[in-house]
Amino acid sequence: MADQLIIGGHRFTSRFILGSGKFSLEIVKAVVENGGAEMVTLALRRANLGGEENILDYIPKQITLLPNTSGARTAEEAVKIARLAREINCGNFIKVEVIRDSKYLFPDNYETIKATEILAGEGFIVMPYMYPDLNVARDLVSAGAAAVMPLASPIGSNKGLSTRDFIEILVNEITVPIIVDAGIGRPSQACEAMEMGVDAIMCNTAVATAKNVPLMARAFGQAIESGRNAYLAGLGRVLTEAGEASSPLTGFLED
Amino acid sequence: MAKKRTNPMAYQPGMEMIASDIRDKVLKTVDNFDHFKVSSQDVEAALKKDHLSAEDYGALLSPAATPYLEEMAKKAIIETRKHFGNSIALFTPLYIANYCENNCVYCGFNCQNKIRRGKLTMTEMAEELQTIAKTGLKEILILTGESRFHSGVEYIGAAIKLATRYFSTIGIEIYPLNTDEYAYLKKCGADFVSVYQETYNLSKYEQVHLSGSKRVFPYRFDAQERALIGGMRGVSFGALLGLDDFRKDAFATGLHAAFILQKYPHAEIGFSTPRLRPFINNVDNNPNDVHEKQLLQVMLAYRLLMPFAGITISTRERAGFRDHVIGMVATKISAGVSVGVGGHEEEEKGDQQFEISDPRSVSEVHQMILKRGLQPVYSDYIRV
Repeated sequence: MADQLIIGGHRFTSRFILGSGKFSLEIVKAVVENGGAEMVTLALRRANLGGEENILDYIPKQITLLPNTSGARTAEEAVKIARLAREINCGNFIKVEVIRDSKYLFPDNYETIKATEILAGEGFIVMPYMYPDLNVARDLVSAGAAAVMPLASPIGSNKGLSTRDFIEILVNEITVPIIVDAGIGRPSQACEAMEMGVDAIMCNTAVATAKNVPLMARAFGQAIESGRNAYLAGLGRVLTEAGEASSPLTGFLED
Repeated sequence: MAKKRTNPMAYQPGMEMIASDIRDKVLKTVDNFDHFKVSSQDVEAALKKDHLSAEDYGALLSPAATPYLEEMAKKAIIETRKHFGNSIALFTPLYIANYCENNCVYCGFNCQNKIRRGKLTMTEMAEELQTIAKTGLKEILILTGESRFHSGVEYIGAAIKLATRYFSTIGIEIYPLNTDEYAYLKKCGADFVSVYQETYNLSKYEQVHLSGSKRVFPYRFDAQERALIGGMRGVSFGALLGLDDFRKDAFATGLHAAFILQKYPHAEIGFSTPRLRPFINNVDNNPNDVHEKQLLQVMLAYRLLMPFAGITISTRERAGFRDHVIGMVATKISAGVSVGVGGHEEEEKGDQQFEISDPRSVSEVHQMILKRGLQPVYSDYIRV
C-alpha cells in the first residue's frame, strides 16, 4: 500500500507542507510544482480578499489550504480568525498559532490548547503549532488535535533541529502525525527530521529566500521523501545509536 | 527679553503619570556610553554576535563603524529576509488636521508658523478614505497636529471608526494620550501607535520644544508604554535625526524599544528614521550631519539590534534611497503620500508638515517592489 500521510481522515502523498508567508506570490505555483507540496498554509491576515496581491489567487486549486491564525495572541483571537477562514471557504483545516512573544515568535502552548479544544469541537481539523513539550502534546491530542506541529527552532532562524531530542520523544509517544514546523533551514535538516520518524515537514523561509526558489523547493521535496524512505527502510546497525546485530550476540548460550 | 519657559520635566494638568523605570534606564545607559571610545575591534566583535548588548549596539552606531557599513548591510539583509522573507508592507498617511498648540522650532506645523490650517469634516474624511482605498491600500496611518482643542480624542476616534470601513490596519501618529484614551482609540479600531521622542537629550529637547504639551519630556517618553497598557498591539519609535547628536539619539531610540519589549514581550515594535526636512517658511531646515550614509548606518543598527522589528522608510527620502533599502533593512514603505491636510481627493485643506522627496503613486511603488524581486503586501493584519 502506498505510504500516505493521513490528517483528519484526509490522505496526502506528499509530506512537504509549504508555508507561504514569506514568498513572492507569483512563484508559489512554481514551488508547489517543483516541491510536490499538496498542502499550503495561508495567513488569513494576508488574504487580501478581492484586493491587490491576494494570495488565494496564486495557490493552485488542487492544493489543500491550511489557513493559519497568525496574528492571534489569545485563544479567543485564534478562534475568531479560524471562523473567518471557514466563512471565506478555506475548508476545515486550521493551523492554530497563538503567539504573544514578538521577539522569538514562540507559541503560547496554554492558549493553543484552549483554542484547539474549541475549534476541534466545532469540526475543524486542528493542527496546532507548539513548543515541543510532551505533556502539552498529550493535552493537544486530548483536546482534539489532528496533528501536532512542534518547532525545530525559532521561526525564520534556519537553525535546524535545536529541539531534536524533544521532538523524538513526541514521535515515540504521540499517536497523531508529528509535523515539524519552523526553523528548518536546509534540506539536510528536513531529511534528518524525517529519518527520525517525523511525519511531515513545514517549511517557508528556507525556500522563499533561496537564490533559485523552484530548485530549492525541489531539493526540499527530495530530502523529505528521502528521509521518509530511510525511516521506512529502518536505519542500519552502524547508523542507529544502540546498534542492532545482524545475528544474535547471545546465541551461543546453552540452557 | 527671553520669555520664561516652563520646566520640561513638570507634568501639565491632566497628564497621567505611570510607574516606569524605563526612562531612567535608557538615559543612564546613554550617559554611560561614549561613541568616540569605540574601536574597530569592538565593531568587529559586535558584528559576530547574534544578540547585541547595549555596548555592541552602541558600537554599530559609532563613527568607528562607518567603514563597516557594507558588512552591516550584508548581515542586515540576511536578518531582514529571515524574519520578513520577501514581504514589503505598503501604507499611506492621512493628515486629518494640522492645528497645533506646540511651538517646536523644527516643525512646519508649529503654532507660530503662518500656514493654512485646517481639519477635515467627516464627509471630507470619507471622501479621502474612499479615494485612498481605491488605490488598493489596506493600511492607513492617521495623523494630526497636536491640538486637543481642534482635533480632540473624540474627533480622532470618529476618524478611526470611519477608516475601519475601508482599511484592515489603522495606525495613529497623534499627540501622546493617557492610558484610557489609548484604550478608547483601540476600541474605535486603531492598533498601532507611533510617537517620536525627536531627541532624547533633555537640554536639546527643552531648547527646541518651546511651549505646549510637547514640552513635557517624560509624558512623551512614556507614551508607548501607556499605549500598550491601553491595549494597543504595537508601537513605533523614532528620533528626528539631525536635531541633536544623531548617534546618541539613535542609541536611545533602540534602547527605548528594547526595554519596552522586555517589559511587554507581546508588543510589535517598529522604527522610523525621519531626518529634518525643509518646510514652509524655513527652506533651510536640513538634517545637518546626517547624510544618507549616516541614515543607513542608523537603520542597519536598528535592524541588527532587533531583527524582527518593522522599519519604515519615509517619503522624506528620495526614491533612489528608498528603493535600495527595502528588503535589505526596511520592511514598510509609504506610497501615494500627501503630507498636507487631505489632498488625496480634493485640494489640500491645510499646508503640509514638510517637503516630501518621493511623490510616487501606490501603483508606481508597487511596480518598483516587484521589479526588485520583492512582494508588495497590502494586508498583514486581521482585526478580530
